[in-house]
Amino acid sequence: MIEVKPVRRVELSLWQKTYYPELWKGMLVTSRHFFVNLGRHVGRSLGFKTKPARVTIMYPEERRPISPRWRGRHRLMLRPDGSPRCVACMMCETACPDLCIYITAGESPDGRVEKYPVAFEIDLLRCCFCGLCVEACPEDAIRMDTGYLELASYSRAEFYVDREFLMHGSILTTHSQYAGELDGRPAHRIDLVKLARGH
Amino acid sequence: MWLDLGLIVGKIAVAFTGIITGAFVLTWAERKQSALISDRIGANRAAILGIKLLGLINSVADAMKMVFKEDFLPPKGLRFLHAMAPVFAMFPVFMTFAVLPFGPPISIGDRIVPLQILQLDIGVLYILAFGSIAVYGVMLAGWASNNKYSLIGGMRATAQMISYELIIGLSLIGPILVYGSLDPGVMATAQNEYLWGWIPKWGIIVQPIAFLLFLPAAMAETKRAPFDLPEGESEIIGFATEYSGMRWGMFFLGEFAEIVVLAAVLATVFLGSYQVPFLFDGGEMAGLAGFHFPWGAYVPLGEWVVVALRVFSFGFKVLVLMWLQMQIRWTFPRFRYDQLMRVSWREMMPIALLNIGVTALIIRLVS
Ligand code: SF4
Ligand code: SF4
Repeated sequence: MIEVKPVRRVELSLWQKTYYPELWKGMLVTSRHFFVNLGRHVGRSLGFKTKPARVTIMYPEERRPISPRWRGRHRLMLRPDGSPRCVACMMCETACPDLCIYITAGESPDGRVEKYPVAFEIDLLRCCFCGLCVEACPEDAIRMDTGYLELASYSRAEFYVDREFLMHGSILTTHSQYAGELDGRPAHRIDLVKLARGH
Repeated sequence: MWLDLGLIVGKIAVAFTGIITGAFVLTWAERKQSALISDRIGANRAAILGIKLLGLINSVADAMKMVFKEDFLPPKGLRFLHAMAPVFAMFPVFMTFAVLPFGPPISIGDRIVPLQILQLDIGVLYILAFGSIAVYGVMLAGWASNNKYSLIGGMRATAQMISYELIIGLSLIGPILVYGSLDPGVMATAQNEYLWGWIPKWGIIVQPIAFLLFLPAAMAETKRAPFDLPEGESEIIGFATEYSGMRWGMFFLGEFAEIVVLAAVLATVFLGSYQVPFLFDGGEMAGLAGFHFPWGAYVPLGEWVVVALRVFSFGFKVLVLMWLQMQIRWTFPRFRYDQLMRVSWREMMPIALLNIGVTALIIRLVS
């Protein structure tokens, strides 16, 4: 049987129903804030050490401490020799609920490793920053940087980040820079036309 | 003749600058006051050469932005009416101020000059009339936009304004009965009388219910929260949807001007206009200008000091009432439309009628 938990509505007293007195009580609250804060502002500008009258963080100048658990932009970890730690196992691509990771696997030049990602691209505009890719990775090759929150750009294309960007945090490398590694296989890079079509 | 003309122009200039400055300061106060209430800082980014003037530069920046924004007219919109609507919304507000005295009559040479642009026996009717004309601005804006949502928004706003216009009219009848005049100048003078010799006979004291009715009704008339349903963007698109740039700005400058004028009307009718308790000028006290306290104390003041004090007191009252309206706007939640209508027709209207009846009865019994 479904249990029903009745939620008792708060009955308003007649005094409250008349509306006016309660409104003025509300006015008292806001007025107190107004005058207290005004006093603090004036005190500060006169050089007194009063409590700050605000909760605002003046963003570009002041920054809010970010939680260590913050999931920011992705990063691909490197081996000591500078090659990506990723073995192109596609676990993250599979785990991703937004299907926004696109990996093209290639045979690794390193004999001890089978595969490596020729192209590794993430569409950050589709990403919901759930961190499942990080959880899924068996190689600890993909992580999410904490402390990084300025994900802003003037074009959509710049949110489509590629392997070099993920490895080195550098600006977008052009396709041709590593096109040679692709051996004629298509990379998943979506151009703006495709993005506009809704992919 | 020339002196008269000069005086009139001078008074108009004073009143006009007063309202415009008030409206301009209000655009700033709206942002800063709401910030203070909610423990924020508010506008503080715009600066000229690093000088921010506590955020006042932001208002200048806002104005510049509005002037340079595209002036949009929807296709098939009615160009003339679309352009006129903001004027209709703003112009009556400025006209209203004409009958309000902003200071006591002063004597220059051998003539008495009232500090009131227009001395009108039917002043209150004049205020109500121009208040009603402001409805046209909203309605025309909705109509000329050639947008059904705007039209509906305009109709809704009109219905609201008319409903509350009614309450304004009814609640002003009480004070009219008490003062026995429709002239704000006479009302102002009458408020320097005292009940039992010591309670100032201000409108708020002799007509408290009328005050409590007039304040919210007039705020509904200015279309500001908690009555800002014309902009109820969560339910319907407002009447000003198809307005941009300075035309939109005029609507809201008009709204701010309305706050100033409303504060002035409230001060005039209910808060003793320019009167300061127990302050009399020479004419009223046989040449003994100054404070005459009911317990017999007398602080002599010069005739001009009295005038200055009174003009200042009017300005101060207007400022306080402007502050109050802002505070109300940032405190109370918005009404729902049916609540709005119910409050007007089923709650405020009977009380207003009752107030008139009781007032009339008391006046009849007392006299
Ligand atoms: S954070 Fe989530 S949505 Fe974003 S790429 Fe990783 S798995 Fe996909
Ligand atoms: S799960 Fe890790 S190793 Fe596998 S493809 Fe993704 S990043 Fe590379």
